[in-house]
Amino acid sequence: MKKPVEKNTEKNRKVQEWRRGRSFLFLYSPLLSFFLAILLAFLLSSLLISWIGASPLLAFKALILGAFGSLNGFTETLVKATPLMLTGLGLCVAFRSKVWNIGAEGQIHLGALATTLMGVYLPHFPSFISLTLTGLASFFAGGFWAAIPGWLKIRWGVNEIITTLMMNYIAILGINYAVHVPLKEPGGFLPQSALIQPSVELPILVERTRLHAGILLGIAGAGVLHILLARTTLGYQIQVVGLNPDAGRCSGIPVGKIILIAMVLSGGFAGLAGMGEIAGVHHRLLENFSPGYGYTAIVVALLADLKPLAVILVSILFAALIVGADTMQRVAGVPNSLVLIIESLIVLFVLGSRALSYVRHPLFFVKDNGQRTTEGKLRIS
Amino acid sequence: MLVGALAGFLGTFYTHHVGLGFLIGMAASGVFSLIMGFITITLKRDQVITGIILNILALGLTSFVYRALFGTSRTPPSIKPLTPLKVPILGDIPYIGTILFHQNLLVYLAFLLVPVSAWILFKTQFGLNLRAVGEHPRAADTLGVPVERMRYIAVILGGIFSGLGGCFLTLAQLNRFTDNITAGRGFIAIAAVIFGKWNPYGVALATLLFGIADGLQLRLQALGTKLPYQFLLMLPYILTIVALVGIVGKSKPPAALAVPYQKDN
Repeated sequence: MKKPVEKNTEKNRKVQEWRRGRSFLFLYSPLLSFFLAILLAFLLSSLLISWIGASPLLAFKALILGAFGSLNGFTETLVKATPLMLTGLGLCVAFRSKVWNIGAEGQIHLGALATTLMGVYLPHFPSFISLTLTGLASFFAGGFWAAIPGWLKIRWGVNEIITTLMMNYIAILGINYAVHVPLKEPGGFLPQSALIQPSVELPILVERTRLHAGILLGIAGAGVLHILLARTTLGYQIQVVGLNPDAGRCSGIPVGKIILIAMVLSGGFAGLAGMGEIAGVHHRLLENFSPGYGYTAIVVALLADLKPLAVILVSILFAALIVGADTMQRVAGVPNSLVLIIESLIVLFVLGSRALSYVRHPLFFVKDNGQRTTEGKLRIS
Repeated sequence: MLVGALAGFLGTFYTHHVGLGFLIGMAASGVFSLIMGFITITLKRDQVITGIILNILALGLTSFVYRALFGTSRTPPSIKPLTPLKVPILGDIPYIGTILFHQNLLVYLAFLLVPVSAWILFKTQFGLNLRAVGEHPRAADTLGVPVERMRYIAVILGGIFSGLGGCFLTLAQLNRFTDNITAGRGFIAIAAVIFGKWNPYGVALATLLFGIADGLQLRLQALGTKLPYQFLLMLPYILTIVALVGIVGKSKPPAALAVPYQKDN
């Protein structure tokens, strides 16, 4: 394509630098683009709110006050952040290796099932031992559910997006059956399991709230995964597999094994999220205990740039949206499904701004047809 | 698909005309797929991420709009659905006639579209260009095929057809809209494309297979088998996974699937 001759003015120099990717544009800053995206998402959704005849200001005020305005609201935000954080952390690992695990929802359900089984049938041990065993069981239950699509992918190259999603529906239907028939509380009328024994319950952190120790597990998990990804050989291999599996294979990385490990880790963390919901919040298995945490966690992980430490903040932000949206629905009459819209809009705007700012990030870094060089460096693709 | 389902429903609900409903549903999902096109073709972002996020957006948007318009009443609003159409003479054949020729218009249309789309894909210049853009965009570009425009057309056509599929659920099958009414059918359709080896005839066979699983599941429920209904409901999902494993190695996607095309400067 022929380009008009560019004069060597200050403006043109900036434009050229921007084209080369060393942008001076404010959009370059990921943090700023993040906040801009939030602002835009809220602006667009306020249009929706006024369309249904409610006041956006009132709605957003209710949203913020609901999430942070009281001790109860704030702890509830943290309670909701826990499963998002744990699941989102696991997804960071999977997505870093470009394994598209959409099945976190099902893996959460499997973790919850394992916790319930342990809580109902485990003989009485001191709480510490019971909780450790339950944690392990939930981790491996979730990990097992994720390992199936992982194995199908490495053994036969079956597309994991479809299989993980199908596995969600299978898991949810399975839990539905479990609480209706085999695990149903003896003598009870509702489709729910018996209460788990107290030694399997996660300790409550703040008196008279629902805030349980799961959030500590999430924060600790973020630290562990941060170190795993940034400092260990396994973490490095996971990222190489995501960026360029062929290069990885050539340099002796067992690509299939790494994919499986990434899958099991992400499923395992989702399983722990399921444990948090049962052992920390509901204390029994019920239908629909997860309002789509597994799907929201995908958005959380993407928005956190697949950085475990950032997941802590983003999951709290999203949990605040969920909790606040319930208040918003009550006070301003705005349906709480608005949250899904706000969430996905934020990610779309971040995606868009990244396109403008041309940031080269492993996640948004997509294959190019040619081997274009920029600043003398060959783009790996 | 979700967007099409809701828009078609709303269109019919307000215009009291099923045909208009279909048009509105298709148009809405066509516009929605335009977003997908803009982000992945013009901005060249990752198609998988964009697709996942747009699915979540559609889920939120449709249930928001539905709640906003109808609230959470106990009796969900419903519409007069597309009526079954009897084909003269053929419909009078006992048994076979009732099965094959007592369907609604959309069913006939779906089967008619199979050879039509196969003809367009494999026998016309347009189809050749479309496939070239998917297999080797650089070569297509060299020969003067507008790669980005072709891809836009493909995405929008895909969106319109999905919208039609969504409309079928609300306008012909269930007569109403519920949250996440599609329940993963869009993804099963992707599986059907892979299973059908990227060929309209293959896809038709694959979807028939999934249809049989779904029908079998319904029939078994109605017959009241010992098997819990949850396991019957799992059937289509399990079949999808099994089908994908079974087709391994025999189904080759277009070479440049999911790869954004960048023109060299």
